[in-house]
Amino acid sequence: MSSALLNGLFVFMLAGFIGFEIIKRVSPLLHTPLMSLTNALDAIAVVGAIVLVGEHKSNLSFVLGIVAVIAATSNVVGGFLITDRMLKMFKTSRPTKP
Amino acid sequence: MTELAGNQLLLEVVYLIASALFILSLKWMSSPRTARHGIWAGELGMLLAIGGTLLHHGIVDYKWIVIALVIGSGIGVPLGFVHMTAVPQRTALSHAFGALCVTLVGTAEFYLRTPNVAPFMMAVLSMEVILGSLTFTGSLMAAGKLQEVLPQRPITYKGQNLVNLFFLSVAVGLAVYLVLHPGARQVFPVMVVIPLIFGVLMIIPIGGADMPTVISLLNSYAGLSAAAMGFVLDSKLLIIAGALDGSSGFILSVIMSKAMNRSFTNVLFGAFGQVQVKAAGSTEEQTVRSATAEEAAGILAAANRVVIVPGYGMAVAQAQHKVRELFDALTKRGVDVRFAIHPVAGRMPGHMNVLLAEADIPYDKLIEMDDINGDFPQTDVALVIGANDVTNPAARTDQSSPIFGMPILDVEKARTVMVIKRGMSPGFAGIDNPLYYFDHTLMLFGDAKAFVNSIVHELAGNSH
Repeated sequence: MSSALLNGLFVFMLAGFIGFEIIKRVSPLLHTPLMSLTNALDAIAVVGAIVLVGEHKSNLSFVLGIVAVIAATSNVVGGFLITDRMLKMFKTSRPTKP
Repeated sequence: MTELAGNQLLLEVVYLIASALFILSLKWMSSPRTARHGIWAGELGMLLAIGGTLLHHGIVDYKWIVIALVIGSGIGVPLGFVHMTAVPQRTALSHAFGALCVTLVGTAEFYLRTPNVAPFMMAVLSMEVILGSLTFTGSLMAAGKLQEVLPQRPITYKGQNLVNLFFLSVAVGLAVYLVLHPGARQVFPVMVVIPLIFGVLMIIPIGGADMPTVISLLNSYAGLSAAAMGFVLDSKLLIIAGALDGSSGFILSVIMSKAMNRSFTNVLFGAFGQVQVKAAGSTEEQTVRSATAEEAAGILAAANRVVIVPGYGMAVAQAQHKVRELFDALTKRGVDVRFAIHPVAGRMPGHMNVLLAEADIPYDKLIEMDDINGDFPQTDVALVIGANDVTNPAARTDQSSPIFGMPILDVEKARTVMVIKRGMSPGFAGIDNPLYYFDHTLMLFGDAKAFVNSIVHELAGNSH
């Protein structure tokens, strides 16, 4: 096993723990926007696809890369847009009561 | 550690900052007050990461990257503007897109690298591709069921679990073979196709009521496959994003499975919708008391504390805006109105909160099950709109009930219970609800939207 993979495992383990601790604290009110946000963040996979397209090492990797960039970009754009739309709807009660 | 060239070092620093922003982004989701900062942090991190990647030294061809980014944005924008009722299927679809990206990149990397792939790398690569492809078809199936282009009814057959297990073990077996023989390129396409089939088979036996759990589980799979991709590409940013997404989906599926009273192994192995329940036929006639909108309005107007219990039936009837009018009318009369939200009162985790927030109901009036259950004895009226199984007291008292043990909202402890319902047909799970036969329960028969509207009219008439 290379040291890069071992480092990766350490990062994965730590990020997993951080994820658990942070997500546990997310209010159930916001579980739907949470899921659309993590979805958008997950689409960071687009960077791997961009490199595939840009390096153009083989025709196969080039074509697969293009489709992958399209799929991931739609998640980035759509995910952030809808999360923002949802969060804008959450308003607290007006302080003035008749 | 080998010294990084200047450009490469800069890129790694950009990824480091993006990782921190992603973590902050989720941290700020803890409260509705800070949540929108979370989006900005996420967007900034994403922008930095993509911008930094474009400076990657190996990139020779920008034209097609830009074209793909533009097409992707073109697909993403309409997906960002779907109706709030359609958010669950949109989410399932985006899990499919994410998994597609991961699978395609994994496939490309396989053909670029073989036969010189170390065993551990091949194991991670196989995991990336297997998880990615089963999530891809599984999420498409889930989206189809939620959009109702596919039948929502669970399709089950004898030996279903064995068949599914068989497909999964073949895929894993092929992965092991590839780890031992990295040059066996002809095996790879089979290892992609089998999980694609498995993804379809996995979702076939799942009914609409289990969708909140399924979506969460697919969310977790999508995250894990992205993390595996991070290992393959040696991208710590991707490992972190995938681990965050994976743990988020995992936690949500645990919450959902608890709310549905399903064991955790049940969730892990995707064996949802197994309980084929038939209403245990107590055919003897029981009497129910019904009331008109006028009577209901009178009782509500005389109450001090009202708790509204919305279920997905309310959203199906598009009644949430009328419910807001009722909320306003009662609040104006000085009645304390709150909403009791069951964790599975929608088609995905938290869905009901979004639907009510869209109807301009303030979020501090949306109370979770555990926080409001203690308040029902002091509640004058519990008004149930389009919810059934989550209010069924049999879940607490009747050991023979299929939903025994499922956490429910204790509406029957309120002084008066009113249930808006089309007729006496049993609920989603096909189980009779004893709540309807209690002496202090009033059935309000009719369409949720129309009935709430009549109550609002009556309340307006009374105030003159």
